[in-house]
Amino acid sequence: MSLDYENDGEAMERIIEEVLDAYPEKFAKRRKKHLSVATPAGEAEEHGEVKPLTECDVKSNIKSVPGVMTIRGCAYAGSKGVVWGPIKDMVHISHGPVGCGQYSWSQRRNYYIGKTGIDSFVTMQFTSDFQERDIVFGGDKKLEKVIDEIDALFPLANGTTIQSECPIGLIGDDIEAVSKKKAKEHGKTIVPVRCEGFRGVSQSLGHHIANDAVRDWVFENKGGVEQNPDTGFVPGPYDVNVIGDYNIGGDAWASRILLEEIGLRVVGNWSGDATLAEIERAPKAKLNLIHCYRSMNYICRYMEEKYGISWMEYNFFGPSQIEASLRAIAKHFGPEIEEKAEAVIAKYRPLVDAVIAKYRPRLEGKTVMLYVGGLRPRHVITAYEDLGMEIVGTGYEFGHNDDYQRTGHYVKKGTLIYDDVTGYELEKFIEKVRPDLVGSGIKEKYPVQKMGIPFRQMHSWDYSGPYHGYDGFAIFARDMDLAINNPVWGLMKAPWKKDAEPAPTLVAAE
Amino acid sequence: MPQSAEKVLDHAPLFREPEYKDMLAAKKANFECGVSDARVTEIADWTKSWDYREKNFAREALTVNPAKACQPLGAVFAAAGFERTMSFVHGSQGCVAYYRSHLSRHFKEPSSAVSSSMTEDAAVFGGLNNMVDGLANTYSLYAPKMIAVSTTCMAEVIGDDLHSFIQTAKDKGSVPQSFDVPFAHTPAFVGSHVDGYDNMVKGVLEHFWKGRTRSEVKGKVAIIPGFDGYCVGNNRELKRLLDLMGVDYVLIGDASDQFDTPADGEFRMYDGGTRLEDVAGAQDAEYVLSLQSWCTRRTLEYAATFGIKTASFHYPMGIQATDELLLKLSEISGKPIPAEIERERGRLVDAMADSQAHLHGKKYAIYGDPDFATAFTRFVLETGGEPTHVLSTNGTKHWEEELQPVLDASPFGRDATIYPLKDLWHMRSLLFTEKVDFLVGNSYGKYLERDTGTPLIRLTFPVFDRHHHHRFPLWGYQGGLRVLTTLLDKVFDTLDRETMDPGVTDYSYDLTR
Repeated sequence: MSLDYENDGEAMERIIEEVLDAYPEKFAKRRKKHLSVATPAGEAEEHGEVKPLTECDVKSNIKSVPGVMTIRGCAYAGSKGVVWGPIKDMVHISHGPVGCGQYSWSQRRNYYIGKTGIDSFVTMQFTSDFQERDIVFGGDKKLEKVIDEIDALFPLANGTTIQSECPIGLIGDDIEAVSKKKAKEHGKTIVPVRCEGFRGVSQSLGHHIANDAVRDWVFENKGGVEQNPDTGFVPGPYDVNVIGDYNIGGDAWASRILLEEIGLRVVGNWSGDATLAEIERAPKAKLNLIHCYRSMNYICRYMEEKYGISWMEYNFFGPSQIEASLRAIAKHFGPEIEEKAEAVIAKYRPLVDAVIAKYRPRLEGKTVMLYVGGLRPRHVITAYEDLGMEIVGTGYEFGHNDDYQRTGHYVKKGTLIYDDVTGYELEKFIEKVRPDLVGSGIKEKYPVQKMGIPFRQMHSWDYSGPYHGYDGFAIFARDMDLAINNPVWGLMKAPWKKDAEPAPTLVAAE
Repeated sequence: MPQSAEKVLDHAPLFREPEYKDMLAAKKANFECGVSDARVTEIADWTKSWDYREKNFAREALTVNPAKACQPLGAVFAAAGFERTMSFVHGSQGCVAYYRSHLSRHFKEPSSAVSSSMTEDAAVFGGLNNMVDGLANTYSLYAPKMIAVSTTCMAEVIGDDLHSFIQTAKDKGSVPQSFDVPFAHTPAFVGSHVDGYDNMVKGVLEHFWKGRTRSEVKGKVAIIPGFDGYCVGNNRELKRLLDLMGVDYVLIGDASDQFDTPADGEFRMYDGGTRLEDVAGAQDAEYVLSLQSWCTRRTLEYAATFGIKTASFHYPMGIQATDELLLKLSEISGKPIPAEIERERGRLVDAMADSQAHLHGKKYAIYGDPDFATAFTRFVLETGGEPTHVLSTNGTKHWEEELQPVLDASPFGRDATIYPLKDLWHMRSLLFTEKVDFLVGNSYGKYLERDTGTPLIRLTFPVFDRHHHHRFPLWGYQGGLRVLTTLLDKVFDTLDRETMDPGVTDYSYDLTR
C-alpha cells in the first residue's frame, strides 16, 4: 500500500510547512517549533558516551495549543494511570468526580498476580464520587469516611493512595492532613498525591508528582506509620530494582526472568505487579535499572543522592538492545554476572535467529511511524530494525528535552520528529508519508486503519504482549507481521471503483 | 525456554509455562510481603457472606466499581449525532483524552473531540483565552459546520461562563458571528453521562430554536434516541421502522454513521448526523418523543415550553415496549402500522414461543443506565424470566418508584428488588448472597462473572472486550430477536459447559434442544 517514498529530509521539511498552513498564523508559529527533521549530530563527542546519530531538536514539555486534538493526557493520568495504579496491594482512590476513575479503570494492562478485591486492587475503581455538595462544602470529611470504609471492607489492603482530580486542588481540600490523621488511626500507609489534571502540561508532571509522593510519603514516611519494617530481609550483592516497567501484557515478567537468569535478584518491580513492600525496600538494592526514564528518573536520582544507589537505563526491546543492555548491566556487577549474561545471550540466540529468519523476510524494508509516550518513541526503534524495518517518523506525547536528546542515539538522519503532535498533523503526516505501519494509541488507531494503513497500539500492545525481553520479541515480531500482512488491507477499494488498485499479492501466513 | 518461533506464545499461554510459574512463585514468597494464602481465603470467604453484604450496604461515602460515567462523556456522544460537529470540551485536556478513548474502545471507531487545554494559569485567571484561541484553531483545522461546547469539572469549579466566553470569542473573530456554537454546562460532579447527554441536546436545541418562530406541522415527530452505545444498530433499525410506516420524522442526534464509517482508504472525521437545518425545523414538530426518558428530562421540558407535545419511552426493547412506541407513532402520524411490521412482531413472538421453555423461570441480575435497566427488566418479564436484582448507579429513588409497579404487575417480578444509586461492588454481594442464573450489563460485569461465577450477558455500554455488538439493533422486533438469541446462546453455552465432562456430566450434553 505504501507509496514510493524516499527518506529525504527536504521532503519532510516541505510536509511540515504544508501541515502548518492550516493553522492561524500565531499557532502555526508555535507549532513549528515542535516539528522537525533529524539532522546529523554535531562533531563534538561527549566524553565517554556514545555519540548520538542525529540531533532531534524540537521544543517540548510546553502547553498544548487550545482547540486542537492533542493526544496528551493529564497529571492524574500520569500518577494514577501510570505510576501508582499498578501497585497491587494498595487501594488507589480516584478522589473527586466519578469520571477520571471510570475512564482509567482497567485500561492499562498492568498484569498482576493476586486475588482482586481481597489482596489486590489494580483492576478496580475506587472513587469518592464527588457531588455538588462536596464541591461546595469541601471533601475532606467524605475522604476520611472513604478511607474508613476501605479499611472495613478491604482489610488486606496494605495502604491507600489519594489521587486528586481537578476539583480537589481548586477547592483547597487538605488531603495531606487527612492522610496523616487516618494513617495513624489505621496504622497503614496513606499517600496523598496532588496530581490534579490541570497541573502541568501533560501526564508528565503527574509522573514527577507521583515520584515525589513516593519520596515523601513512603521513603521519608511523612505519614508517620512504619508499616513493613524489613524483618528478615537480608540484602544481597546482586539486588536490583526494576524501575519504570509497568508490566503491560506481562512485560516486567519477561524482563525479570532474564535478569534472574543472569544472576541478579530483583527485589522491587516499579510498579507493575508491585507491592508496597517492594517500594519500601528499594533503597536497600545495589542498582536501579530504569526502563521508562521519563516516568521514574526523578526517584532514581533521589535514591542516588540520598542512598547512594546508582542507576542505569536499559532497553529490553529487540535482541540488539537486549544484548547490549544485558552486557552493560552485567558489567556493573563484574565477571561472574558477565559470564552468565553471555551464557544467557547465547542461550536465546537460536530463538532470536529463528524469529528473525521467519519474520524478517515478511517485514524487510517496511516503514514505520511512531507516536507514543515515555520511552517507546525511541526504545522500540531498534527492535523494528532487527526485523529489517525502518522508522521514518517518531515523537513523544509528553517528552522533555532530554528525551529528544536520547532519541538522537536511535534515529537516522531525515526522520520526521514531532512533539505533542495534534490529531490533524499526525493524520496529514501519515497521509503524505504513507508508512507501512503506524504505532500509536487507541485514539489514533481507527483513523489510521480507515486510511488503509496497518496499525499497532504501542501503549497497550493491542491487547497482546509482552514485548519486552526475548520472549516478548517473538510476540512483537509476530504482531508486526500480522498487522502488516493481513489480507484485509488489500480489500479496501471496491473493484468497480475506477481508481482501484489491484489487491497486492500477499505472502500467506504460515 | 518456553518461547519458540514456530509457535509464538503470547501472554495468555506464556505465563502458564513452568519457568514463569516458578519465577512468580519466588517473587511472591521472597519479595511481596503479602499475607498468607489462608488469610486471603478467609477474607475472600467473608466477602461472600451476609455479614459482609450488610457492611457493604452500610457504605455512605465510598463508591467501588460504579456503573456510570461523568456528564461530559454524554455531551461528547450527543454532539457526535449532528452533522459535521466538533466537540469542544472546555477545561483541562486529560478529560478529552479519556472520553475519546472510552468511545473508541467501545465502538472500535475514531472519536473526535478537542480540548481547550486549560492549565494552572487558567485555573487562576479563568479560561477565556483558551476559548478564544481554541475556537479559532478548531475552526481552522477541522472545518466543522458546528462546534458544540461542553465543560469539565475544572471549568465549572472556577465558574467559567460559556455564553459570554463564546460571544467574546466571536467578537474577537475566532469564528464568524453566525457560526453555530451551541453549548452546555456539564459539571462532572452532578448526575452522570446521561445528564450530560440531556444538557448537550438541550443546548443544541436552544441554539437553533431560541428566537425562531415555530409553525407546527401536524403529524411530524422529532425523536431523541438518548445515550446509546448500540446507536449504530438501533438508530438504523428505528429509521427503517419509521420509513416503513411513512412517518414524517427527524432524529435529533443520530450518531449511527459517525460511529460506523467504512474502511475504504479514507478517514472521515465527520459522517452522517442530523442536518443542522433539520434540527431547527424539528421545532415545528407536533411531538418530541424521547426513546430514553432519563436521558432527556430537561430537553423535553424545554420542548414543552414551545407548546410541543412530548412523550417518552424507556429504550424500546422487547414486544410491549416496541408496541407502545409504534402505537404512539401511529397515533401521532395518523398512519397505520403496516402489515410488514406486524409480521415481524409475529416472528419475534414465534421465536419467543419456540424458546420459552429455556428462559422461563431463569433469574437475572440486571444493571445499567436507568432506561436500559427498565427496558431489560420488562423484556425478561415477557420471556417468563425473573429479574431478581435490578441495579443502577445513576438511577435514583425516583427511577425505583417508576420501575416498582412494572415488577408488581407481573407474577415474575414479585421477588425482584430494585437498587438505585448502588454500584457493582454492591452487586457482588447480591450475587454471592442471593444467586441468580445470569448477569446482564456491560463489560465491567466480567469481574463479577469471575468472582461469583454468574454468566455475564453484555447488552449495554460499554462493551470493550467483545467486538461488533453495537452494529446490531436491540430495538424493535428485530432487535428483540437479537436480544432473545443472545440470552439463549448464553443459556445453551452455560448448559454445554456444565455438561461437558465425559463420563461424568455429559449424559445431558444434548444435540437437540
